[in-house]
Amino acid sequence: MVHWSAEEKQLIASVWGKVNVEECGAEALARLLIVYPWTQRFFDNFGNLSSPTAIIGNPKVRAHGKKVLTSFGEAIKNLDNIKGTYSKLSELHCEKLHVDPENFRLLGDILVIVLASHFGRDFTPACQFAWQKLVGVVAHALARKYH
Amino acid sequence: MVLSANDKTNVKGVFGKIGGHAEEYGAETLERMFAAYPQTKTYFPHFDLAKGSAQVKGHGKKVAAALVEAANNIDDIAGALSKLSDLHAQKLRVDPVNFKLLGQCFLVVVASHNPSLLTPEVHASLDKFLCAVGTVLTAKYR
Repeated sequence: MVHWSAEEKQLIASVWGKVNVEECGAEALARLLIVYPWTQRFFDNFGNLSSPTAIIGNPKVRAHGKKVLTSFGEAIKNLDNIKGTYSKLSELHCEKLHVDPENFRLLGDILVIVLASHFGRDFTPACQFAWQKLVGVVAHALARKYH
Repeated sequence: MVLSANDKTNVKGVFGKIGGHAEEYGAETLERMFAAYPQTKTYFPHFDLAKGSAQVKGHGKKVAAALVEAANNIDDIAGALSKLSDLHAQKLRVDPVNFKLLGQCFLVVVASHNPSLLTPEVHASLDKFLCAVGTVLTAKYR
């Protein structure tokens, strides 16, 4: 089980409390598809991903980004049992979606950058530590049921 | 990976905007890297890593200068950083994985100070550039 200090929990909660899940989620997923274009391989049915503008404006990207970040919210509500929270999603990503877990790490890093751009100096080094830890734990939990 | 003409323009644009703040960004990048990835501190047992450390500031200045040099010679990063590449291979031997961590922190610094500068396209170009720098610095490792 992952240990979270009181400070880490507070840093995570205070950032999360100010996050617009729909906007941040959409932006994070769009950036993933733009910065690491090979990740588009999972979204053949999303329509037009032909340019950064197309990706950012794509309604399926926005909707899926919101879905992904909403799920993050579940992890934050259950910091002491992230493994359990993501158990079924892990199986899904392995068995049905066939997503290389490296992609979870890439998305996690992008999310941290998106948060930094939204929160500026308030996204302190201590904050970044807590969030890098969180995205790492989430990525690990999502990869845990792979076989 | 190859930097396109657009990538090069974007990267030069970023460093042009950062201008005189490069040294400050370098120091903050290191500060964030040591905080977010404590294992990176193992390369600096001889440093005072407390907040505001003069040694970290000094080293951040060096790191920033190298990135600026690479950006200014973006058509030949390997040439521009050849001596640094030798240094990392022969003396410093920083594990290659750490360049990605430094890159992540540099992006966070740019994002937190200039959110409007780091558009998705510029983000992509800068990420590629930082990867290219890391590749050059580890090219002679074996």
